Amino acid sequence: MSTLGASLSMLKNPAIINFIFQGVLFTLIISVVAVLFSILIGTILALLRNYCTGKRVRVFKYLSVAYIEIFRNTPLLFWIFICLVFCPVPGFVDQPMFGLSSVNNKLLFKAAVALILYTSGVIAEIVRGGLNSVPSGQIEAGHSQGFRMVQIMWYIVLPQTFKAIVPTLLSQVITTIKDSSFLANVAIIELMARTKQILSAANRYNGTNSINVSDVFVLFGVAALIYFIINFSLSMTVRSMQKEGVLNG
Amino acid sequence: MSGLFSPRAWNKIWIYKGTFLVGLLNTMKTAVVALLIALTLGIIFGLMATSGKKLLKAISRVYVEIIQNTPILLQMCFLYYALAFSGHSPGIIVTGFLALGIYTGAYMAEVIRTGIESVPKGQFEAAAAQGFGYVGQMYYIIIPQSIKVILPPMTNVIVNMIKNTSCLYIVGGADLLSLTYSFVTGENTGGSYAPAYIVCGIIFFLICFPLSSFASMWETSLKKREQKVFQNNALKEA
Repeated sequence: MSTLGASLSMLKNPAIINFIFQGVLFTLIISVVAVLFSILIGTILALLRNYCTGKRVRVFKYLSVAYIEIFRNTPLLFWIFICLVFCPVPGFVDQPMFGLSSVNNKLLFKAAVALILYTSGVIAEIVRGGLNSVPSGQIEAGHSQGFRMVQIMWYIVLPQTFKAIVPTLLSQVITTIKDSSFLANVAIIELMARTKQILSAANRYNGTNSINVSDVFVLFGVAALIYFIINFSLSMTVRSMQKEGVLNG
Repeated sequence: MSGLFSPRAWNKIWIYKGTFLVGLLNTMKTAVVALLIALTLGIIFGLMATSGKKLLKAISRVYVEIIQNTPILLQMCFLYYALAFSGHSPGIIVTGFLALGIYTGAYMAEVIRTGIESVPKGQFEAAAAQGFGYVGQMYYIIIPQSIKVILPPMTNVIVNMIKNTSCLYIVGGADLLSLTYSFVTGENTGGSYAPAYIVCGIIFFLICFPLSSFASMWETSLKKREQKVFQNNALKEA
């Protein structure tokens, strides 16, 4: 492997390191933002699906079931493609910011919307699992104390639900970090896309005037290592939390 | 809405229905071959993880952790470019088989490991005491008990794999979603966004929905049965 040295020398180029580092930052920001928004939407969906059983409001239940099932049974890339065409973009996104061009910002916005829509469906099911784990006696007790349904949810059920699903939500963050790489299909923003971008221009940086196998190994190796470190440390956290939970429960 | 209500756009879909059929065929082909690879890998590594031998366990752990903690797209790109730049390109579809198979294999291994670990240890010991060999133990005693725990999550893994065939897009594949995308952006066929995506979405939904609802129904009934057993035991003790 005489070209390995040349490939490794790319990693000494501060411009490339900077480019990759920004990608990591975008990956993390996109994933965290997507999960936060999805928790909000997913909670609403789960509440609608579980508790809108009255005759008049039953339609909301069916809508939420349809949403969850449709988004869980179609690929993420499908929704990214759809949002590229149909998602409206507010004006303030349409300008250069965060070191991205206005075109890339628009793509980022659309793809992030797709990621949020997709993840909400998954998180709705996670929240629903949490809601079901709260004993129904809690709701009855709330009623007998004169709480209204919204108050019961807000003060009694949801706090217990979220406490129960924190580990599952964290492992959903891992999945979302992996899913954010799907954005590489449409725009050059996050880690995966940037790695591919560097590879396609590797002949200019490694000094051998050609793209070699060693470049593939070095570049994707670095990207894989970064993903692995982030995700593995998260999953270790999840595991230790679950162990503690077992001990406490 | 880019041709949602225009008869011309829908007509175009009808004329080019072959595109969607080819895409569906490619997706199914990829899914089936990848499933076979994933099952093989999953059984091998799942059995290794439950074998009780430290070295085998460690190997299985490393495989599962590395694959589960990196994105499938990265693995697919890595495999594709590594093979292409070293001059052994096996073609996009074979790359898809391998990458999807290896990725799904890690999830299968975890599912099978949890399934086997759900069988109480005493069952292994009792089987060994009755003179069963390893294969006999697994075949007659352990697998029949763990299969009902394994099947629902395994179905979910399969659904995810079918959805993940769309990853082939990044290396220029010919699966259902990639073909739909090139159909709506193509020079002669382009424009009918809404109808094409609706057709593509419905196909995915029709494949995945029965599988995933089967899995969740089975899971609920399992949980109910477990609760019943638990209650009966509690009654007996009381």
